[in-house]
Amino acid sequence: MAARTPLHARHLSAHAVMVDFAGYEMPLRYSSIRDEHVAVRTRAGLFDLSHMGEVRLRGEGAEATLQRLVANDVSTLPSDHALYTVICNDGGGIVDDWIVYRVEDGFLLVVNAARRQADLDWMRAHLLAATEIVDESDETALLAIQGPEAVGIVQTLAGSDLSGLRPFASALGRVAGVECRISRTGYTGEDGVELYCGADPAAGLWDALLEAGAGRGLLPAGLGARDTLRLEAGLRLYGQDMDERVDPFSCGLGWTVRLGKGDFIGALPLRQLDQDNPPRRFVGLALGPRQIPRHGMTVRSEGEAVGEVTSGGFSFSLGHGIATAYVAPHLAKAPLTVDLHGETVPARRVPLPFYRRARLAEPPPRHSD
Amino acid sequence: MPDLSGYRFAPTHEWVHRDGDTATIGISDHAQAQLGDVIFLDLPSVGARLTAGKRFGAVESVKAASDLYAPVSGTVSEFNETLTDTPERVNTSPYEEGWLLRLRDVTEGDLELVDEATYLARAEE
Repeated sequence: MAARTPLHARHLSAHAVMVDFAGYEMPLRYSSIRDEHVAVRTRAGLFDLSHMGEVRLRGEGAEATLQRLVANDVSTLPSDHALYTVICNDGGGIVDDWIVYRVEDGFLLVVNAARRQADLDWMRAHLLAATEIVDESDETALLAIQGPEAVGIVQTLAGSDLSGLRPFASALGRVAGVECRISRTGYTGEDGVELYCGADPAAGLWDALLEAGAGRGLLPAGLGARDTLRLEAGLRLYGQDMDERVDPFSCGLGWTVRLGKGDFIGALPLRQLDQDNPPRRFVGLALGPRQIPRHGMTVRSEGEAVGEVTSGGFSFSLGHGIATAYVAPHLAKAPLTVDLHGETVPARRVPLPFYRRARLAEPPPRHSD
Repeated sequence: MPDLSGYRFAPTHEWVHRDGDTATIGISDHAQAQLGDVIFLDLPSVGARLTAGKRFGAVESVKAASDLYAPVSGTVSEFNETLTDTPERVNTSPYEEGWLLRLRDVTEGDLELVDEATYLARAEE
């Protein structure tokens, strides 16, 4: 039987269409995926992401252990800031991707629900001395509010001023009276906030956010919109766009790999790769308005099968089909087609992300950040 | 809710409403709810011949592409042009504004077409 998040009853009373995802019964959509997608792009959407895993690393050895596990460099991560990183196996393949926070007593790792047990096993197998792993996933709820109105909505309920909270920064505070880690992060390509809180007060926080956002167009949003939003934003989905057979350079995530930081798991094979010419290329494809590519569809070059669509769908923001795929380097600029219900359809190569939000003028980040 | 007393449903989720030897066809409210947002429809042109029980087109939603099957036989006399720009009408008004095709020279096939209550009872099984 599928696990439930602390907000399960809220989803049922909102008549959400529920699906099984990573062992959890999760909302796919409350109304329409299009409406929820557009709400996030133009106003705000509220997501229950309590299926995600939250794991703490504590103790004297926590930083050394983490540096060994992740490909990015956490040594320069300021307190309460978040970092995106991949975790590699001994061959340089991607075990998972995490958001890592440096917190009061060590590190908070936010891991994919489907990878939680594999990650815990992997971490335990590579634990250095004086390091403790605490899996807090079941006691932790995660609510994401995303979109141009998101920060303003949270501010109306927050006990502190959020205007200084920069992207990828977080702070402990209260929202609607609930103790939270308030984080300026997300997975939609929009500005927004993620709130980590205890399982018990999560439903009250959910209700308060929906009420505070009602006049600003906030909608509850499900995993369907989360997927169309993250695909437009060019954000990779573990298990679909990457897995243990893919190295981070081929996946276009070389910017997260710090080969110069010292030894870490996977560093040796990754150093042997030509970073500018990895074995495969992760490319963006644009199709027509009536052509919707789907995961697993065959990608061809001059009639020969050269890959598969890793993620595909309809872009509500652009009005046409979009997809990502891996191809060999020599095909990175070659004309490609996708097999769409028995038809061979030309696919235009486009840079990732497919969609980038218009940014408001902001003061440049200070170097101390 | 529109009056569905004249609507009959195929097990493949299409409805037909006959008026003499012409008919209007569409997809059920249950089907559109299952599909989610309709992105576009692949429908035959005027003059195309439909055969009861045979595929005549497809509906593509956010989640998947699904084939459409003819509940009766007939010749396409009109297709719903408004769906080109507003395919979401299939979601918002599956029995009225979201109709798909009008047919002439309509004949029944071997399909057992049932009323909404019977269709829904079978669809939920």
